[in-house]
Amino acid sequence: MAETTTSTDMSKGKNKSTAASSPAAGPGGSAEPLLDIQGLTLRLPASAAARPILDGIGLHVGRGETVGLVGESGSGKSVACRSVLGLLPRTAETEGAVRVNGTDVLGLDKQGLRDMRRNKVAMVFQDPRASVNPMRRVGAFLTEGLRVRGLSKADALARAEQLLEEVGIRDPKGALRKFPHQFSGGMLQRVVIAAALTGDPELLLADEPTTALDVTTQAEVVGILQRLQARHGTGMLFVTHDLELAAAICDRIYVMYAGRIVESQPAADLFARPRHPYTAGLLASTPRLDPDAEPPKPIPGRPVSLAEAPTGCAFADRCAFAEDRCRAEAPPLVTQGAVSVACLRADEGILP
Amino acid sequence: MNRNLLRFMLGRVVGLVLVLLATSFVVFSAVHLAPGDPVTFLMRGRPITPAAREAITAQYHLDEPFLKQYWMWLTDVLQGDFGRSVQFRQDIGDLVMQKLPLTGFLVGYAMVLILVVGMTLGVVSALRPGFVDKLVLGWTGFSIAIPSYLAGTMLASVFVVKLGWFPGFGGGEGFTDRLWHLTLPAIALALTFAGLLARVTRSAMLDELSREHVEVARSRGVPEGQVIRRHVLRNALGPIVTVIGTMVASLLVATAIVEQTFSIKGIGSMLIGAVTAKDFPVVQALTLLVVAVFLVVNLIVDLLQPLIDPRVTLGGDKR
Repeated sequence: MAETTTSTDMSKGKNKSTAASSPAAGPGGSAEPLLDIQGLTLRLPASAAARPILDGIGLHVGRGETVGLVGESGSGKSVACRSVLGLLPRTAETEGAVRVNGTDVLGLDKQGLRDMRRNKVAMVFQDPRASVNPMRRVGAFLTEGLRVRGLSKADALARAEQLLEEVGIRDPKGALRKFPHQFSGGMLQRVVIAAALTGDPELLLADEPTTALDVTTQAEVVGILQRLQARHGTGMLFVTHDLELAAAICDRIYVMYAGRIVESQPAADLFARPRHPYTAGLLASTPRLDPDAEPPKPIPGRPVSLAEAPTGCAFADRCAFAEDRCRAEAPPLVTQGAVSVACLRADEGILP
Repeated sequence: MNRNLLRFMLGRVVGLVLVLLATSFVVFSAVHLAPGDPVTFLMRGRPITPAAREAITAQYHLDEPFLKQYWMWLTDVLQGDFGRSVQFRQDIGDLVMQKLPLTGFLVGYAMVLILVVGMTLGVVSALRPGFVDKLVLGWTGFSIAIPSYLAGTMLASVFVVKLGWFPGFGGGEGFTDRLWHLTLPAIALALTFAGLLARVTRSAMLDELSREHVEVARSRGVPEGQVIRRHVLRNALGPIVTVIGTMVASLLVATAIVEQTFSIKGIGSMLIGAVTAKDFPVVQALTLLVVAVFLVVNLIVDLLQPLIDPRVTLGGDKR
């Protein structure tokens, strides 16, 4: 609904639209994306943070699409993810819009927010141990989401059993009677995923869903997520700091740094030909199995803390290609075709 | 699991008996080591013939060696006989049974006030950071600092003397009358403990509020009230129950002062009377009673913990 309510948001400039809020309908994106974040800025009181946690970010996820959101800790990727559910710090001030199916989440009242959380958007959090109330049975955890949607107790239990089966838990009936500490981390993350599916969500937010798991379990959990996504046609926003994982499962990837989106490309292109020095740095710092590969090179320096508000490009102090103007002038996010990059020197061929 | 429970219970009961034994010995020796001659106290300073003195000494076995005295007392106690009060010349068991309902009512009344006021204040201040929280913190700080004798005197001077809303002494007859009589004493008794419970509830709630599973519940569209009840308050119960457990025995002791202030003839004033009159069998019996209550309540609290948090196993054995 409401195709053009704001003026600049909908400028479908294919070439060099310099607005950070460019919707840039990506490949396969329908007229109205499932999730459409535009110009989202989130500020905490000045005592808590010197710079905005999110600074005019824009991204979109289409139906059935998997979109990666990548960055170091503190880049704002988790906050961006949570903002889609309206889970914001009490003291936060926001600008911009977070639209799910055209409805702005930031403008929803309590009832609307609850309705959206129950039926449209679900989230899988990082640590399954922390995500499930340790004092209640797994059955209570699963049925809670179903009961608030109005199912009877018996129906909720039957559906919960079905969901557990769907994520590959053996003896789902017995599992419902167990407590979370009786599961391994990987099994518990399956339970969490099952719980996220209770509302048949159109959009799944996955906030580092595999980070707390060991490697073999990671692969299984990612596999389950992908299978379920394909079966239900769910759109997925996959937040991770693991660029390789993101490249393997995502259609498109956004790279965040210090509360801004610095680059976005289709996954394969981003991996093959990063345009922003930060993305290149992230790729170079990932260890490779390939014997011919160069040894991993960490990005020098450290991420910008919330207490710092650098003028110009936030990455300049860590960037090997930084010039004086990089420190003076904040680079806008420039979109060319399917590629968006926020670097003043992106077109100078600084990266191979 | 059931075997574990059985072993745990057995261990705890043995421990309980041992602690009671040790306490009884300490109490018995303390009373005997205290200065003053029991017989003189018994006669309240009246002159006494050597023959009478000898008779009394023999009646209370005061001529026997200390350990023998203890042993005789202990065997009687184990048979349920706590001896006779020196002061009232009455069986102590009967005396306690007479006074226990009144003190039990007072402690129960105070406990209800503590639970309702303490937990409500704690929950409210955890959920309303800012002004309300500061207000509650200020009030609880004040109420914790006020000793019950001062609270009792202040309450009495306002509501009994000035306003005349409540009776100033006695325990009352029948339920309503008793409720009326014991309201001020119960408030005086509850003030400090309610403040403590509010503080504990608040910090336990804040602890749980910051947990991620609370955020997860919200992210699933669970109504806020349900999130607070099922995920925050429910999970905060552990420390709350533990503190309530330790309060029961302390309440029993604190009644001594409050009952004195409001002239209530319960266990508390009986204890004070017995101490001043050096009525040692009564002091011993009441001290043991308090220790026993403390131990039993703590056992109950420990048994409740695994029901509150399934990760806790009784006896702390490996999973």
